[in-house]
Amino acid sequence: MMNLSRENWVSLLLLALLLALPYAAIKFGNPFYVTLATRMAILGLAAVGLNIALGLGGLVSFGHAAFFGIGGYVAGILASHAMSMQPLNFGLFTLPGSNQMPTIWLFAMLVGGLLAAAIGTISLRTSGVYFIMITLAFAQMTFYFAISWPAYGGEDGLSILMRNQFPGFNTMVPLNFFLICYGVLVAALILFALIKNSRFGAALQAARQNEVRVASVGIAPFRIRLVAFVLSGMIVALAGALYADLNRFVSPSMLSWHMSGEFIVLIILGGVGRLAGPVAGAMLFVMFEFLLGGLTERWQFFLGLVLLGVVLFARGGLVGLLAGRQRHG
Amino acid sequence: MVEAILDIKDLRKSFGALKATDGVTLDLRPGEIHALIGPNGAGKSTLIHQIAGTLKPDTGDIHFLGERVNHLGVAERARKGLGRSFQVSSLAPEFSALRNVMLAVQSKQGSSFRFFKPVMHDKSLTEPAMAALERVGLKDRANVPAAELSHGERRQLEIAIALALDSKAFLLDEPMAGMGPEGSRQLTAFLDGLRQEAPILLVEHDMDAVFALADRISVLVYGRIIASGSVDDIRNDPEVRRAYLGDPA
Repeated sequence: MMNLSRENWVSLLLLALLLALPYAAIKFGNPFYVTLATRMAILGLAAVGLNIALGLGGLVSFGHAAFFGIGGYVAGILASHAMSMQPLNFGLFTLPGSNQMPTIWLFAMLVGGLLAAAIGTISLRTSGVYFIMITLAFAQMTFYFAISWPAYGGEDGLSILMRNQFPGFNTMVPLNFFLICYGVLVAALILFALIKNSRFGAALQAARQNEVRVASVGIAPFRIRLVAFVLSGMIVALAGALYADLNRFVSPSMLSWHMSGEFIVLIILGGVGRLAGPVAGAMLFVMFEFLLGGLTERWQFFLGLVLLGVVLFARGGLVGLLAGRQRHG
Repeated sequence: MVEAILDIKDLRKSFGALKATDGVTLDLRPGEIHALIGPNGAGKSTLIHQIAGTLKPDTGDIHFLGERVNHLGVAERARKGLGRSFQVSSLAPEFSALRNVMLAVQSKQGSSFRFFKPVMHDKSLTEPAMAALERVGLKDRANVPAAELSHGERRQLEIAIALALDSKAFLLDEPMAGMGPEGSRQLTAFLDGLRQEAPILLVEHDMDAVFALADRISVLVYGRIIASGSVDDIRNDPEVRRAYLGDPA
């Protein structure tokens, strides 16, 4: 008999809810809700990625949209080259396009990871407000680059005519695509849980609490944080690739600072540093967006009120309310 | 001659016109407690920071275990075996006492880039950490978050961390500060035994503890060592009495 902590019960419950949502939607004749559930899973996945940097490492990155957008563009660009049968030309070598999700994911994570390594190497030399601003600045650079680069649609973005394929699934069936995204989310959550309890996670979380202490036991905080930042960027890039496939469209808006802010909001709503925090946050956010967005154009005003309430009265977010305060072994 | 574990030669550090460290030469030999005393503002903390690696000296050399370590950062010096406690306790507050020590054990064992094995089920981490806690008398408080430990317990925890690092030298910055008389007595007895494992450079204001423990004392005033010698030498040194012990003679 497994002895689960209250936090793990909450995580399982939230995941079960998310899984049940599309089936209920189909049963009650509202297949549109399947897309909402898919959106929850993908935004949740992006927030799991950010949660490694922000939640475990205390690195308040205001630039994770850069990785999200890059992942989206990798998906869009590879798909468009697969469609036109023109290989990508890098001068020294060429690369054929692809409409296979596993290949696209691999490249999205690779490119996202490289970008995160470059941004992290520079940004992580700063801390606090400077770190927030420098990550924002890098993300804005990618945003303006995407807008001004005409090859892949510039300001208008890039359409993916056919959703990319996954071996053994017809991805055009919404439920199938949901299950793929859900599977990736669960895998990312397992990875997060492993990292959180590992030696690396111990060093990362200790560096958030007290950088000097970590250095004075002989662990250099910079390298630990850089690796965390890269892992975080890779997962967010993967989420971006899925998001592009969900909308069958990529545009510079995926790279905008609104997106970075949204990821932070998700984590705060759900619970910073908590395993299921990003999932809870994404479910709440998409629900608000849908329910309130249907009633009023100004739904974000009410989201603001909720966020205010969470910050003032429920610091642990939804997971904190359900599972109580966080305990470290 | 016995080779010094820690050897500091003609160290200088200025902040603008202020010479915070003005040609300090000092060593720490195996098996000894070398106390560093001096009035407030004498530059003790600046000196400690340079030895630990948080500040870079302007000129001068720091050798640790025969190797010049001037260019090394805090983490690298710690890995070489320079164990440290802080003037104001510096711990990971959310982590339990045990996890604070485990962090040192994991660093001692090598890489922190291990992503999968859960630390709390890793006996190679928990057992040495528990042993270090037991030595400083914190075994019963192992699962209490550092933030909830008493002031004295936090000081003990810092020592446990330095022990878990298997340090080749200890750099203790006012370990007695804020401790009650009973706590000070216990810690004094503990440090007395500890010098056999690794020598201690002890910065301390508690003169009873210093006179009870020190094999040698160096007196720092305005960034200079004005006297260095045995407890009796220092007690009777007229310049020290004038500058520090407040003797009008």
